[in-house]
Amino acid sequence: MLKIEDLWVDVHGKEVLRGINMEIGQGETHCLFGKNGSGKTTLLMTLMGFDGYRVKHGKITFKGEDITNMPVHERAKLGIGMAFQRPPTLRGVKLRNMLAVASGNDDTGGQLAAFYGFERFLDREVNYGFSGGEIKKSELLQLLAQDPDLTLLDEPESGVDIENLNVIGDMIRKLLQKDIHRGRKKSGLIITHTGFILNYVTADKGHVMLNGQIYCSGNPLEIFEGIQKYGYQECAKCRL
Amino acid sequence: MPSIDTNSANLSDKELLQQFKPASEAEAVDVNQLDEEDKLRLKQSGVDLESANRIGTFLQTNCGVSKCDCSIKGVELLPITEAMKKYNGLEEYRWKLVDPNKDEFTRETAEHLDNGYFIRALPGEKVVYPVQACLYIRSDDVAQRVHNIVVAEEGSELHIITGCATHPNLTSGLHIGVSEFYIKKGATLIFTMVHNWGENVYVRPRTGIRVEDEGVFVSNYVSLKGVKSVQAFPTATLAGKNSTARFNSVIVAPEGSDIDTGSRVILEGEGSKAEIISRTISYGGRVVARGHLVGKAKNIKAHLECQGLMLTETGVIHAIPELEAHVADVDMSHEAAVGRIAKDEIEYLMARGLDEEEATSTIVRGFLNVKIDGLPKELDDEIQKAVAECQKGM
Repeated sequence: MLKIEDLWVDVHGKEVLRGINMEIGQGETHCLFGKNGSGKTTLLMTLMGFDGYRVKHGKITFKGEDITNMPVHERAKLGIGMAFQRPPTLRGVKLRNMLAVASGNDDTGGQLAAFYGFERFLDREVNYGFSGGEIKKSELLQLLAQDPDLTLLDEPESGVDIENLNVIGDMIRKLLQKDIHRGRKKSGLIITHTGFILNYVTADKGHVMLNGQIYCSGNPLEIFEGIQKYGYQECAKCRL
Repeated sequence: MPSIDTNSANLSDKELLQQFKPASEAEAVDVNQLDEEDKLRLKQSGVDLESANRIGTFLQTNCGVSKCDCSIKGVELLPITEAMKKYNGLEEYRWKLVDPNKDEFTRETAEHLDNGYFIRALPGEKVVYPVQACLYIRSDDVAQRVHNIVVAEEGSELHIITGCATHPNLTSGLHIGVSEFYIKKGATLIFTMVHNWGENVYVRPRTGIRVEDEGVFVSNYVSLKGVKSVQAFPTATLAGKNSTARFNSVIVAPEGSDIDTGSRVILEGEGSKAEIISRTISYGGRVVARGHLVGKAKNIKAHLECQGLMLTETGVIHAIPELEAHVADVDMSHEAAVGRIAKDEIEYLMARGLDEEEATSTIVRGFLNVKIDGLPKELDDEIQKAVAECQKGM
């Protein structure tokens, strides 16, 4: 589904990603661990194609198509969706409008909002005065309406209380078709600091990013246990 | 070819006036003589001659009154010339909030009045659907001089939608509108004005508003089409205790437009509140967005917000927010922001599948979305419809 080959990326003239390789198959969910500033968010932003993330070397292939230089909206149309960690506020644009945009103007957005108890936000200006948890829900609702084949999530659990974590977990499980065990089509790449999300969503593979490079990849729970016990220093040594 | 010099930006007020002939020299048109093009133009200015959701209609074409009727007994609607005959020259209200010697335009109106409307809600009368008023210039090179007076008597609630427009084929015109609004004790006046002028039309409104105890005045101003020059600075005096004034304006200045607008609120009544919110867009035109709040009484609260979007490399947005406190116990604030559409807002929408152009227009539509809190749903629907009509063909 997604293949990243020797990806080097500059942000504002500063080298942030230094030779990333990763491959996510259809139906697989991968987790990305790493310290603040290690380049995790940059990787997601680059995959989505945002301005300011300059690919100076390497290649990104999605569904067999080279998307390295593809505009953001074409990547979205091709099936990549991203939940923003700090989305901008759009004054005068209601969540209802955003859901319509994401779903291509059908009513799935309204139904989804009703299902997840988020109806009262439909006529609010998107992200205006939303709490951290409400932003997460709003982002995931938009993604559910968009129904991407590859979902990119940047710390979906941050700022969410325990009660809402269940709902967020459910939404992500639905996005990634976690209740389908055979012939699952949806893939995901999730950045997580705390690993809490692993209690709700199983991941197939974990990666540790340090200093713009992937230091190790493997069983996500084992990696996470290691990080909890020994910290990221141990990962750095491991690579050396 | 326009017969009026289109590069007359440097003309003095007197010279500008001399360029136009009085509206009284142009033909007056009966409402039945209006064609489909006229009706569409009026509709795009919030004036719907066929709608059942209007309690009354005043339509002035050039200098003549084409229609003036009202279906509700508690609301009086008259051409001002008739109201002056009926009420002893309207001495109590006329030229009390606007000085006839303020400038050339007020003097011109005082000396050569074409007409205008008088609307009065009787005490305690509360109506949800609006009265609509339209000042329409249909002939070339005409100066239309109107004087409007609105009185919301004690405890009444009145809504007015005013569409000011010129015929789509008109080459040039000048509209001078003197307006004086009185909101008496406990009354509410919600006044929505849609401007739909031509590219070579000059507009000079001069407006004064007075609000008594517990009274509420809300003004919504929408101008989305090209106009040569607008100069307006309505001033509301919150004379009464706990009175309120809110001005919302949404202004688009295409290339060639010079729009100098804003509002001033003088808070004289203890506990009074004022809010001025303006959203302006320049597509190459010049907008001056003024706001002046003057706090003269204790416990007042006043806020001013100017937001401007520059959508082209040329054009000017000049925000001038002013706060002036005369006593210590006031709460006054302002925020102003001018710039291009933030890239992250465009990319947010692009990540949901819109291309850059669609994303930009979604943001612009949102920015221009006038959402006024606390309006009755019926009125809000009508205002949104008027704005949606006006946005067509933008």
